[in-house]
Amino acid sequence: MWDYSEKVLDLFYHPKNQGAMDPSSEPGVRVVVGEVGSITCGDALRLYLKVDEASERILAASFQTFGCTSAIAASSALTELIIGLTLDEALRIDNRQIADYLGGLPPAKMHCSVMGQEALEAAIYTYRGLPLPDHGDDDSALVCSCFGVSEQKIRRLIRENHLTSVEEVTAYSKAGGGCGSCLAQIEDLLAAVLADASPSKTSKGEAKNQAEPSSSAPSSLSATATIPPLTTLEKIARIQAVLAEEVRPLLVADGGDVELYDLEGDRVWVRLKGSCADCPSQQNTLRLLIETRLQEQVWPTLTVHAL
Amino acid sequence: MNPVIYLDNNATTAVDPLVLEVMLPYLQTFYGNPSSMHSFGGQVGGALHQAREQVAALLGADPTEIVFTSGGTEGNTTAIYAALAAQPQKRHLITTQVEHASVLNVCKHLEKQGYRVTYLSVDEQGCLDLLELEAALTGDTALVSCMAANNETGVLFPIEAVGSLARSYGAVVHVDAVQAVGKIPLDLRRLPVDLLTLSGHKLHAPKGIGALYVRRGFRFRPLLLGGHQERGRRAGTENVPGIVALGKAAELAQAHLGEPRERLLRDRLEQGLLQRIPDTQVNGHPTQRLPNTTNLGFKFVEGEAILFWLNKYGICASSGSACTSGSLEPSHVLRAMGLPYTVLHGSIRFSLSRFTQPAEIERVLEVLPGIIAHLRAISPFRHEEEDWLQQQQRELAQR
Repeated sequence: MWDYSEKVLDLFYHPKNQGAMDPSSEPGVRVVVGEVGSITCGDALRLYLKVDEASERILAASFQTFGCTSAIAASSALTELIIGLTLDEALRIDNRQIADYLGGLPPAKMHCSVMGQEALEAAIYTYRGLPLPDHGDDDSALVCSCFGVSEQKIRRLIRENHLTSVEEVTAYSKAGGGCGSCLAQIEDLLAAVLADASPSKTSKGEAKNQAEPSSSAPSSLSATATIPPLTTLEKIARIQAVLAEEVRPLLVADGGDVELYDLEGDRVWVRLKGSCADCPSQQNTLRLLIETRLQEQVWPTLTVHAL
Repeated sequence: MNPVIYLDNNATTAVDPLVLEVMLPYLQTFYGNPSSMHSFGGQVGGALHQAREQVAALLGADPTEIVFTSGGTEGNTTAIYAALAAQPQKRHLITTQVEHASVLNVCKHLEKQGYRVTYLSVDEQGCLDLLELEAALTGDTALVSCMAANNETGVLFPIEAVGSLARSYGAVVHVDAVQAVGKIPLDLRRLPVDLLTLSGHKLHAPKGIGALYVRRGFRFRPLLLGGHQERGRRAGTENVPGIVALGKAAELAQAHLGEPRERLLRDRLEQGLLQRIPDTQVNGHPTQRLPNTTNLGFKFVEGEAILFWLNKYGICASSGSACTSGSLEPSHVLRAMGLPYTVLHGSIRFSLSRFTQPAEIERVLEVLPGIIAHLRAISPFRHEEEDWLQQQQRELAQR
């Protein structure tokens, strides 16, 4: 029998915010859905968010889950964690926070918390009209065909959860838990990510993951790892590419925009436009949305400032 | 706290108080080693002899054909290696896809060592196709290993027909009867079987004791080498209290064999749940089954969640869902039957014993519909009428 925490059992027997949500008829309020999993995999989560369009604040959240004790508890925990947050704040919730909220999960059940994080991302990306990060067909090779787990997802879980063994990767992602034919590949991935992470604290491995293959980021990553610093001209070109491909679509979707104004050493000056110009969460946008991406994908010591 | 309603007897059983009573003196007083050359050791020899007769009587065997082991896993492993050693020139084995892990994993290991293994399929009711067996048999087949009854579904295999076919090709016949012994009559005087495994803790003896039937005249090679115990067929000082307990448990099982009580309670449970809960099915053949087992698939809900709810009401059962197995794949037995995933993940096995009470069955019938309704209400795959879900949940809340 699994050794679940009191909190897991409490939320399992008395789940909060369960059930479907009807589309909103209120002006300025939208209901979006994020779905992960399938009946074949043995667990599936459908997350509903009611979002105030002006503030991007999550007014309500609810779930429908097919799954085990911890899957149901994790879904309920997720809804409680995100109600009241803005979408940008909610995007910072990761699977570890869900697990922590539950007072921990048995190691083999960590994938239930990952499912919560993925459903949340799916809902927010749907709200913003963006393609889902982990589910692009060509974005990343499928490692585990039994459970449909991509290389990108495995790399991210290894980094974010500091995983060190193949068993842990299976517990967090299910990858390798079926026929087992990908276990050697997972071992190689683990070695590669750990090797990337070890020389410095800057998250080079992260850049490799989050980079879209269409951008120039993967080559810039290997560049930062192996060759001398970029020239100012190279930095500017890469900053422009990241802004164009990753940042502007997010902002434009919400009526804002950004442009590169200048680069002084490692100080990146940008001009926020449209609704971003007077947005109360401007600092979040700068730091979370722009600065972290530029640090990961262009140069680790870049800082971002608004005019 | 709810009293425990134990409906997981295919996993393990309670030690019968009468069994405990006869074994206790061999823990407390008569703790001598039967091999010792003093009367203190000699006191236990008679008890071992009696236990061997009791086990042999249950199987229709001769006492000299009974080898005491530590349980099912040892019995199955010993039997497979003994069968291969008996015909060392042969390199082919036949078993089924739905065997217990203690057979399947030995077979997988043997495959790596160069043996060829045929895993017979089962149909959607969990039954074997004898034509498939016949097509697989060759003169190179050393062993056919086939369970008498499946632990998850209770489905019975036609071991008489399997054994006859196997023998006609000169293969050794091994039967894993861990789930069948004590639940259905087995007469080894009549059955074409060379080796047969049984385990004590499935028939109200303690864990750690079992037996292997070895047909007289079989060229047996032991797995464990050492002392001369069990006529040189299983080395190691005898588990005297366990053996005495197994003997008594076998005698009691024989006395209760054929009583219709368990089957009637099982049918009451099964029919009651099928009537009360829509989108539910029986996994396994409707009649070719152990009388104590029912495996039910509750569509659109997940087994572990059902088990935790049942546990809240003190009800112990088990599931073939992925989440309960510790692995990430649902039961290999139900998958071999080709059941849809909607059923696989929501499968629950109830297994009764002669100690099961009618009131316990009624309690399951009271609470389970509400549990399924609650879980379907929060499942994105539910398909029932809203009214049924709400009514069942209201009733559960009152219980």
